[in-house]
Amino acid sequence: MDARGGLRLEGLVKRFGEVEAVAGVDLELPPGKLISFLGPSGCGKTTMLRMIAGLEQPTEGRVYLDDQDITDRPPHVRDIGMVFQTLALFPHLSVAGNIAYGMRIRGVDGAKTRSRVEELLELVSLGGLGDRRISQLSGGQRQRVATARALALEPRLFLLDEPLSALDANLREQLQVELRLLQQKLGITTIMVTHDQREAMTMSDLVVVMESGRIEQVGPPLEVYRRPATAFVARFIGSTNLLEGRAQANGRVLVKGAEFEVEGGLSDHEGDPVVISVRPEEAHLSVEDAAADNALAGTVVFVRDLGELFECYVDCGLEQNVVVAGSPRDRVPVEQGDRVTVRFPPEACVVVRA
Amino acid sequence: MSERRRPTAGTYAVLAIPVALLTVFFVIPLGMMLAASFYHRISGGFYEPAFELDSWRRLFSTVFIERAVFSIGISLLAGAVCIAIAFPFTYFLTRMRRRPHVALLILVLSALSLSEVIVGFTWSVLLGRAAGLSNILVWLGLMDEAVAYQPSFLAVLLGLSYIAFPYCVLTLYPSLTRLDREVTEAAQTLGASPWRTFWTVVVPISRPIILAGFLLVFVFTLGSYLIAAILGRPQHWTLSVFISDQASFNANVPFAAAMAIFLTALSLVVVGIVTLIESRTRSLA
Repeated sequence: MDARGGLRLEGLVKRFGEVEAVAGVDLELPPGKLISFLGPSGCGKTTMLRMIAGLEQPTEGRVYLDDQDITDRPPHVRDIGMVFQTLALFPHLSVAGNIAYGMRIRGVDGAKTRSRVEELLELVSLGGLGDRRISQLSGGQRQRVATARALALEPRLFLLDEPLSALDANLREQLQVELRLLQQKLGITTIMVTHDQREAMTMSDLVVVMESGRIEQVGPPLEVYRRPATAFVARFIGSTNLLEGRAQANGRVLVKGAEFEVEGGLSDHEGDPVVISVRPEEAHLSVEDAAADNALAGTVVFVRDLGELFECYVDCGLEQNVVVAGSPRDRVPVEQGDRVTVRFPPEACVVVRA
Repeated sequence: MSERRRPTAGTYAVLAIPVALLTVFFVIPLGMMLAASFYHRISGGFYEPAFELDSWRRLFSTVFIERAVFSIGISLLAGAVCIAIAFPFTYFLTRMRRRPHVALLILVLSALSLSEVIVGFTWSVLLGRAAGLSNILVWLGLMDEAVAYQPSFLAVLLGLSYIAFPYCVLTLYPSLTRLDREVTEAAQTLGASPWRTFWTVVVPISRPIILAGFLLVFVFTLGSYLIAAILGRPQHWTLSVFISDQASFNANVPFAAAMAIFLTALSLVVVGIVTLIESRTRSLA
């Protein structure tokens, strides 16, 4: 695979007046992969992308592309392709004109440009639509034009700023798969900004979860889902139950009087506050009301049966109701007001930073 | 779908006010002027109702054709000068930070409060010999003695452009403010320098509004009277100066009226032609 497009960020900081949008980020991204910057709005993910593109100048820190310092390079000499949130297509040019723009600027000759445009139109399934005006296209078609335009010059980095946010849900899911397949086919280093965890899970090799200008966790999507490093990550990616307790001398955690064994053991000192994250689908319900390790007794508050999935809300005396989810096959017959026990298997109990 | 309501008597009443104003202060005077252009002139400053084509025939005189061509030429030139300066100016204005942006905008708009008379005489002083700009050049040692830059063709062009500039900025401003910043950024990520982005994206996208600004300056300066009278020699006079000269000093109202009607028609024709060319090239693109 092409080894072009490795990116390294060193001590990246961006301040807008008093506001620190990016608060010191060090990150090394492998070439040829799709990496998502995931986080809520205002977490600094778009600012990071814009600094990588050269559209924003970092207040501090450096950006390296294939070990070259590109921090001070303006965007037009950075060898990048970018799809913007508004798509930013040129309304005065046709579809083909938009895709050919970069080649025209570089002075690529006419015949070569035309054949490349045809090739790109085929690549994004828009064959034969080169003469259309942008105003004649649907949302999905516009998205594809923006993608083709960004890839036309075979850039080293492919940057996507919430590329599908303007589309409706069905089309968005379809294009997520399309974009991912395209990226795998081309093997191009791709960085995508998104606030949609499903989108990040669908498309990425690597997820960078951000909050308040800092990186919370970096890892493959499933690892981030299964072993969230912080309470924020656990809550932001999927839903979770957070159990607060205290570390004990025997390496277990005491939660509401019950002892909990946790995944990977405990490194905290006795008496330290500990937060455990358990995914709703990892927790189990049982009707017998018996005290045991890794279990909490409670009362069923609400049952939601969605057909493909059932969810049970249990009041275990914690700040928030415990949520237990599962497929209908595993459904335990409980009703509102029943006394139940919720079991949290040790391998599902992940200790997270508060 | 909302049902389209039939206009009520109230709607017509509201519309009646501007319609009445337009009729009384625009359509009727224009009709009177049209009628006057056919009247018979009595030497000594009067005219009497008649129907004769004498005044219209005079439009074919060399003097008049020369003035007409000159007027259209200098107005088109003023339009070009204004767009050439106002478009980049407005573009960079809308890209500025808020504080200098607003300050500059206020400065430009405050020029609107100056009347044509004030602008004309101010430039006439600035370009004159006694207290003009050339005195500064002399003081700096760049020149031996002060000279007068007016009356001259360039002085008239300068004055017309100066007067029309804020209007031109105002026409361009709303559309340039709305120009999506990401569109210019996209051009840059595709390898275009800021300069090429300006020429290959900003200007083509703004073509309709550039044309609107150009036509506004053209029509506006075509009707300008004082600037040419103050800053020009008689050979730099625009048609408007010529018309008022005929009406006030030569007391030939029928001829002045014919010229005024002709000027109005001429500006409509030019606007029509330019709009037609624009829509033609647009549909071809």
